Amino acid sequence: MTHTFFSLELAYWQQTLIKLLAGVAFILALTGAVVYLYLFKFVSFMQSRLGPMEAGPYGSLQLLAEVGKWLQKEDIHTENSDRLIFGLAPAVVMGSTFLMFVVIPAGPNAVIADLPSGIYYVLAMSSISVIGILMAGWASANKYALLGGLRAAGQLIAYELPLVLAGLGVVIQAGSLNLQSIVASQSSGEIFGIPAIGNPFIITQIVGFVVFMIAVQAELTQTPFDMPIAESELVAGYQVEYTGIRFLVYFIAEFATAVGFAAVASTLFLGGWALPESWGISDDAMHVIGPIVIAIKAVLLVGVVFWVRFSFPRFREDQLQRLAWKFLIPITLINLVVTAVLKVVL
Amino acid sequence: MAPKPKMPGVLKGLGVTFRTAMDTMFPDGPLHPPSPSKGAATVQYPREKETPSPRARGVISLEEDNCTACMLCARECPDWCIYIEAHKTLAPPRRAGGKPRQVNALDRFDIDYSLCMYCGICVEVCPFEALFWSPEYEYSEVRIQDLLHDKERLGQWMETVPDFEAYESGSESKVKKVPR
Repeated sequence: MTHTFFSLELAYWQQTLIKLLAGVAFILALTGAVVYLYLFKFVSFMQSRLGPMEAGPYGSLQLLAEVGKWLQKEDIHTENSDRLIFGLAPAVVMGSTFLMFVVIPAGPNAVIADLPSGIYYVLAMSSISVIGILMAGWASANKYALLGGLRAAGQLIAYELPLVLAGLGVVIQAGSLNLQSIVASQSSGEIFGIPAIGNPFIITQIVGFVVFMIAVQAELTQTPFDMPIAESELVAGYQVEYTGIRFLVYFIAEFATAVGFAAVASTLFLGGWALPESWGISDDAMHVIGPIVIAIKAVLLVGVVFWVRFSFPRFREDQLQRLAWKFLIPITLINLVVTAVLKVVL
Repeated sequence: MAPKPKMPGVLKGLGVTFRTAMDTMFPDGPLHPPSPSKGAATVQYPREKETPSPRARGVISLEEDNCTACMLCARECPDWCIYIEAHKTLAPPRRAGGKPRQVNALDRFDIDYSLCMYCGICVEVCPFEALFWSPEYEYSEVRIQDLLHDKERLGQWMETVPDFEAYESGSESKVKKVPR
């Protein structure tokens, strides 16, 4: 199977290599932008201060300085730690983050693997990070790390369900698990026969969208759901024994996952890379515009996640579990039933 | 009458942070270009400096002539960061024909600012008005032992000590004087 790429015939492995490199560059650029925009600047403005201003114009190179600092640090591990598992854990977390991006489309062809069961794959890959976090908590040989790891496991499993169920509403409405078909059905859809803005599923699935974003907040272990790394009770949870480059990997994985989930949410609910079909923009133009469109949507959604993160204090562990099992899951189940009934009736 | 419907606290909190961010980013209103350095409540320290308030606890200065080496400050210091050594000596009599007075001459009066916790008990406890607060704060050092200020260094801070102000109108006659 060969596609033309700038009128060049490329072998499958060449295409995949180009897509992989472009994908990694895209993810890292977006992650850096998100860290600078929100973690450094937006939160500073919320607290009426300026944030980093020294490294580069308006502190824009601060992230590079931080990365350089972390790379220089000593790689410490505790005496009783399980060295192999301890070292592998950040790689598992990072791997689960990057695997998520494989099926997220950024244009008509800009997707590394267009799997028929795309949404299922994304949510499955994102939950692999639980294993990495448990590995880190167990292998650190530290009671705080173990408690943090167990809390993270309980939380991620509890919030995986509302995440999946909220996504299912979209799947029912679009009639496909494939992310490209979900994007297409939103871009070609109509609202009461008016095709002006397509039919982004946020309008019909607003309940699903809100629950999805709450669950994403918990999956990312961002405040108010940050019990696994609660610094005032557990020091830093499962990250407590990590230094230098391994800590850096956790840091990158955290923010890359934020971008990933935001990209999934914008694909499912905001129309993804596509602009409404009725605007009549050709596929050739969408090859260029598509990545920009999804990048803007994803960055804005990450902004919402960080806005919530920096506004609220932490929940208690039992409040967190109660919110997931007693509120979010029943709401999504009702949403699912209503969506399914309306889908059949209409 | 039914109570006024309240906005959920969750949304209110989001509103507060968002408004603060906007106030910082657009101090002149949303139609003007963003200028966060004007809207921020902070200053960029090494380039801009805020004047500390006159009674700020920056550094403790010593008026050596007033010190009698009574050791009260050293004994009250919770961190034990004041070191005093003195010897007895004879000073000329106050009036002609009198006996020479026995006084304590200060050999050493050091404050270790790497230990000091700026509680100000030494300043409070000094009965002879030899210790004063100065608002100066820029005396950090590369080496920790350089934070030990001897009596010459402590004496130099005296010129930065601001004059005392009256606590209320009518108490002007009771205002303490800083020895100059």
